[in-house]
Amino acid sequence: MALLAGLLAWTAAALAQDGPKAGAEALRALVNALGTGGYSQTSDQISALAATGDPSVAPVLQALADGDLYVREADGAVFIAARAGKIYRLRDPLSGQDAGEAGRKDIDKIKVNNSLRRAIRAALGALTLQAGDPGQRLAAAQNLFKTRDPEALESLDAALAKESDPGVRAAMAEARAALVLLAPPDLSAGLAAVATIAARGDREALTLLKEAAAGQGEVAAAAARAAGDLSQILQVWDLGQNIWYGISLGSVLLLAAIGLSITFGVMGVINMAHGEMVMIGAYTTFAVQELIRTSAPWLFDYSLTFAIPLAFLISGTVGIAIERSVIRWLYGRPLETLLATWGLSLILQQAVRSIFGATNREVGNPSWMSGAFELGQLTITYNRMWIIAFALFVFALLMFVLRQTPLGLQMRAVTQNRQMASAMGIRTPWIDALTFGLGSGIAGIAGVALSQIGNVSPNLGQGYIIDSFMVVVFGGVGNLWGTLVGAFSLGVANKFLEPFAGAVLGKILVLVLIILFIQRYPRGLFAQKGRAVEA
Amino acid sequence: MTRVAQTLRRAGAALAVGSVLAFAPAAQAEETIKVGILHSLSGTMAISETTLKDAMLMLIDEQNKKGGLLGKKLEAVVVDPASNWPLFAEKARELISVNKVAAVFGCWTSVSRKSVLPVFEELNSLLFYPVQYEGEESSRNVFYTGAAPNQQAIPAVDYLAAQEGVERWVLAGTDYVYPRTTNKILETYLKDKGVKAEDILINYTPFGHADWQTIVADIKKFASQGKKTAVVSTINGDANVPFYKELANQGIKAEDIPVVAFSVGEEELAGIDTAPLVGHLAAWNYFMSVESEANDEFIAKWQAYIKNPKRVTNDPMEAHFIGFNMWVKAVEKAGTTDPDAVIDAIVGVAVPNLSGGYASMMPNHHITKPVLIGEIQDNGQFEIVYETPGLVVGDEWSDFLPDSKVLLSDWRKPLNCGNFNTATGKCGGQGS
Repeated sequence: MALLAGLLAWTAAALAQDGPKAGAEALRALVNALGTGGYSQTSDQISALAATGDPSVAPVLQALADGDLYVREADGAVFIAARAGKIYRLRDPLSGQDAGEAGRKDIDKIKVNNSLRRAIRAALGALTLQAGDPGQRLAAAQNLFKTRDPEALESLDAALAKESDPGVRAAMAEARAALVLLAPPDLSAGLAAVATIAARGDREALTLLKEAAAGQGEVAAAAARAAGDLSQILQVWDLGQNIWYGISLGSVLLLAAIGLSITFGVMGVINMAHGEMVMIGAYTTFAVQELIRTSAPWLFDYSLTFAIPLAFLISGTVGIAIERSVIRWLYGRPLETLLATWGLSLILQQAVRSIFGATNREVGNPSWMSGAFELGQLTITYNRMWIIAFALFVFALLMFVLRQTPLGLQMRAVTQNRQMASAMGIRTPWIDALTFGLGSGIAGIAGVALSQIGNVSPNLGQGYIIDSFMVVVFGGVGNLWGTLVGAFSLGVANKFLEPFAGAVLGKILVLVLIILFIQRYPRGLFAQKGRAVEA
Repeated sequence: MTRVAQTLRRAGAALAVGSVLAFAPAAQAEETIKVGILHSLSGTMAISETTLKDAMLMLIDEQNKKGGLLGKKLEAVVVDPASNWPLFAEKARELISVNKVAAVFGCWTSVSRKSVLPVFEELNSLLFYPVQYEGEESSRNVFYTGAAPNQQAIPAVDYLAAQEGVERWVLAGTDYVYPRTTNKILETYLKDKGVKAEDILINYTPFGHADWQTIVADIKKFASQGKKTAVVSTINGDANVPFYKELANQGIKAEDIPVVAFSVGEEELAGIDTAPLVGHLAAWNYFMSVESEANDEFIAKWQAYIKNPKRVTNDPMEAHFIGFNMWVKAVEKAGTTDPDAVIDAIVGVAVPNLSGGYASMMPNHHITKPVLIGEIQDNGQFEIVYETPGLVVGDEWSDFLPDSKVLLSDWRKPLNCGNFNTATGKCGGQGS
């Protein structure tokens, strides 16, 4: 160990003294050293490489962090390797030039673990502060804020003096403030650091300020004041976060329940197989993505656009088939309907299990649905945001169909007064089938969206069935607006209870509240009035 | 009602006669040793257990190709307890009393094991249980080939503390017996090591929990207090996929907050895009990426048997591999499949495991295992970053719980006791 460290120090020193050619060779020797020894040696080798301060080292370290660095068994030379079919293409890590190819058995991957990745990140932070790409400089400044390596102060000051991009400049100023905060050179620098950190306004800033407040003197007092103010602001953000999470959960509940509000709410069929319609939609998404992956990978980002109409058609068709074959014989017999549809749900689950297998299927997120962005102190994930928008869109679409189309008119006529509608020439059995198909198709669409946040397995539907019924009953059977309001209020209530009571107790409390509510208002939030209800 | 019952009974009798007639000549022609497989093929747990049923069928097939056992062919009897815990007990009774199986391989959840335990003890048969569990149990009729907490949870926590310098801990689990007991053990263990109570956050979620936004945000908040934080996850089953998706989307990287899981293996990762999860950890006693000849051979056989070159192997499959081979060896040693003889013969039996070593059956009916820590890779596999220097013996009664640390289990004569209290010197402490 000591010997190795000595050797590395010697090579680094030799590198500094000799000319460029010898320098390049010494650098190459340092890179090759990465291929020897275990994790703790690799960690020393990373610091030795970083100590050279040579910017050409940065891509080597990046490749190491990404797990692309391999060592050739024959001569111990280290290369960046990329898989090309059965062989690997090698590139020289320093110059980036092509270095031939190698078989799978000829090269070994250099293993990295989390602590090495952290060491690389810290090393890269200092090396890439002056990189050409502003994104890299920003990442370097943010890394420095986290690692708070006091030795980087000099290079940070140098970079700060040259920086022109305002965003990167701000990040660097924050990093600098974090570096000097705990041991400020003088009072004014300390106070300035407190102000810069306080302006950042997030939890990391609060932690830093609290640390600084533990000390003595004016800087500590200023930090304590700033920390007090900041924690109040953060509490307000927490409230905003709970509301956002509640809306997000509400949108998932709305999607799951909206199809049921047609089949159960409008038609009055207790459809226990509703969850399986959602599942069929999710599996349709999987099938579409599989097809795209194998035949047209460039279309992957549009996979959901194909999956949504297809899921509607498939789930809708299955729904119509169920209505025609089973449910239509059971109208007016809720107990039998319940049992029959429950049996159907088991049949559908086992069918999917036999076709697709019992294990989870991978449904990928298109790039525009991955990741998150920061809105103040809120982390808003794209998939949740799009799902909220999509849920509202589906709701609006359904409203439009029910209110503005002939089909919607006939549906409402049949559910309000079957005999009269029939006398007016509406073919009521077919309207029943179409209504059930519409509800099932909407459930299928919900499955496409839900496949983006949960897992796609044969049991997917079971997780949503109870929640769906809860939303529809709470909102008021037969009223779409009730379903909307019910879903969002249940979502928000759940998310406000969760931080106090925990996820398990929170869910129980919500159920208890609903039971109490239904006791008082048996018809839910938006009770339907009029003769149709009494009949 | 009575008429229906009569008709049913008649139909049942006819069927029974029919099956006896159908099978009688075969039974005369060739006597077989029956092996029961008790894994859910439908319902919630089918997702995990179906694979184990296939693995057992493969192992039995292999053994028959080698000439069977004691000169007889093995015959698999597969039943489906449908993820229904009381049905597990019924099906176990059916396997033992009706099908007369020599041993049963099965169960996944602890609650299913607890449900069949009295049946195996009453009818004196053998159960090989292949999944990691919470410990605090030792039965004469059950062989625990999965990991006890000291073979998985404790080494994982030690690794995080030593290698990652973790000082703050989030213990997140699904709300049932395995996570609760494991977290109780871990909490005591961490506190004994000097971790303060305010540096431990324990969080439980219901089965199939799908909305992880609040909890992931809480973890982020808990981790932003300056000290290095890690999540120890005993989250089980379907809830894992949305949990990892939320982690990835909220941008929690393994370098910042590593998550070490005890119930996430290669099979579970098959449903997730693992690129954003590189570096998160799992602790098991076997990974598909283990480099050994035995493992290469096993993977090749499995993929050929299941006719899918992409199918993965996992830890409970290795546990069945070890358990089955131990049973075969014990039966050969005893010269009979009689449960009492096999129970006496199996203690001390050692068979190769898949990571290039040997597993031995200990007197407490647990086995020796190496403990491996792996980091998730972008191809859905694990890269092993740590391996215990030696084999770890499964500890049935945890040393970190006050009630159970005085207990020990030894099923050899003369002690022959699963919960011997070393303080009072009597057999029969709490539990059993």
